[in-house]
Amino acid sequence: MKITEDTIRHVAELSRLEFGDNEIGKFTAEMDSIINMANQLSTVDTEGVEETVQVVDRDTVFREDKAEHWQTKDELMKNVPDQANGFIKVPVIIEKDENE
Amino acid sequence: MNYLNETIDSLNKKLASGEISAEQLTEDTIANIKETDKKLNAWITVDEDVKPAENLDFAKNKLAGIPIAIKDNIITDGVKTTAASHILDNFIPMYDATVVSKLKAAQATLVGKTNMDEFAMGSSTEHSYFGATHNPWNLDKVPGGSSGGSAAAVASGQIVAALGSDTGGSIRQPASFNGIFGIKPTYGRVSRWGLIAFGSSLDQIGVMTKRVKDSAEVMNVISGADDHDSTVSTREVPDFTKFLGQDVKGLKVAVPEEYMSDAVDAEVREVVQAQIDMLEANGAIINKVSLPHTKYVVPTYYIIASSEASSNLQRFDGIRYGYRAKDTKNLLDIYVKSRSEGFGEEVKRRIMLGSFALSAGSYDKFFRQAAKVRTLICNDFDKVFAENDVIVGPVTTTTAFGIGTEISDPIKMYNNDILTISANLAGIPAASVPAGLANGMPVGFQIMAKRFDEGSIFRVADFIERENKFYEKTPAGMED
Repeated sequence: MKITEDTIRHVAELSRLEFGDNEIGKFTAEMDSIINMANQLSTVDTEGVEETVQVVDRDTVFREDKAEHWQTKDELMKNVPDQANGFIKVPVIIEKDENE
Repeated sequence: MNYLNETIDSLNKKLASGEISAEQLTEDTIANIKETDKKLNAWITVDEDVKPAENLDFAKNKLAGIPIAIKDNIITDGVKTTAASHILDNFIPMYDATVVSKLKAAQATLVGKTNMDEFAMGSSTEHSYFGATHNPWNLDKVPGGSSGGSAAAVASGQIVAALGSDTGGSIRQPASFNGIFGIKPTYGRVSRWGLIAFGSSLDQIGVMTKRVKDSAEVMNVISGADDHDSTVSTREVPDFTKFLGQDVKGLKVAVPEEYMSDAVDAEVREVVQAQIDMLEANGAIINKVSLPHTKYVVPTYYIIASSEASSNLQRFDGIRYGYRAKDTKNLLDIYVKSRSEGFGEEVKRRIMLGSFALSAGSYDKFFRQAAKVRTLICNDFDKVFAENDVIVGPVTTTTAFGIGTEISDPIKMYNNDILTISANLAGIPAASVPAGLANGMPVGFQIMAKRFDEGSIFRVADFIERENKFYEKTPAGMED
């Protein structure tokens, strides 16, 4: 399969990334060769083979459902890039309807 | 303070006898790092305000008062932790990773954070927002990666021990390139709570030291169950120093033909073969075996690791912590611009590859197929371990390459990991112990063992260290 610039634009949107026009061309060529390498996998016979998605030696672990005091709000707010009155500040989330 | 001729035991004696105070040791260590790091750039942050723990108990705690380095993707309370990324370059954690709490409880002095490839994605430490680290054996060469800062810091004698992390070889490959001992424990041996996640089914924290015994001492401190990480095994942790000082008589050692093929440089094979011959001469039983799916490990790994990374790195959105882009119009704009400006090129490449492999239309063909091939790779190991105690071979196909020589060719860079990736996919422990030099650069000898059998790795690595005494060699790049 050939990776096109449109595929890269679509995957960039899924990834919440953006690329300039120059970068798109470079990324498309690189991704094409990486996906080509990954295509080798389709030559492996995996009929009836189970998937391995983890290698943990424990089953689901449960813990008691109880609250613990840990970090304070002040501590948690220390790394917030933009804040006001103890809240995290972000730009508008819901745009105004232009017809209103 | 330079650690080239020191061990945890020698430092413990000096501290206990009062020959040097812990305060003085810390001060001298930081002074030496600041001086020598002009050549190496092995550190992102040196904590110049750090004080040794109070009421040091040198009899109970081997690490008491001894400076140790932490890779910068392991979070440290109040000390900047960046994962070598612009997106976290102002991030100050408000708690410690479990391994960090354990080292502090053992009264070690944590003097700073080491350089790495951004988010541990890379094999050269060139993909760091803070610039490349240089190899102390030859300053024009890479130290390997992603734990290249930890490796260079230990090899150059800046520190006696450092923590690293290994998702596809990120401890073993730099250990090999720098002539030190690096162990990636079994998946589930050491808590990863507080390790900035890359590939969650593959990531493991481990130890980098010059000497094998020092590694066992640090492993004794950081291993074991943790309520904060349910992937850690509850099985008992042995005293890893008990596996040292033994012989190798009757030990069944497997050598995979795929690991000694023409794809590996002849000089590297020669140095590795000499160690295998030495083990055989000392009574080990050498068996030639095959790991037939080795040729598929690179694509399998890059699909799985990148898929997991694309999911793990969703959390970096510029809202609650980390870099936030300026002049954004709306919420989506913050996400897209902060991530596009904050992540480096290699990280974006992996996120894109992962998003692609998980996207509708590609999931079955790439992610699901890779997960099935992973099973076949695990089966290869089960078969060999049914009749052998350890698997050995080279760690890398070449010695350290030149800075700038591979960074523009992602596939060439990815192929560096062909001999180290399998251990992560199978979750088994694996290590690199120095074997010798090829053209003046260190060659590592890889030892892999059954799940939770780090003991056999320590046994073999310690035997090799006693035989070849590689630790007597000094990195050439550090001589003036």
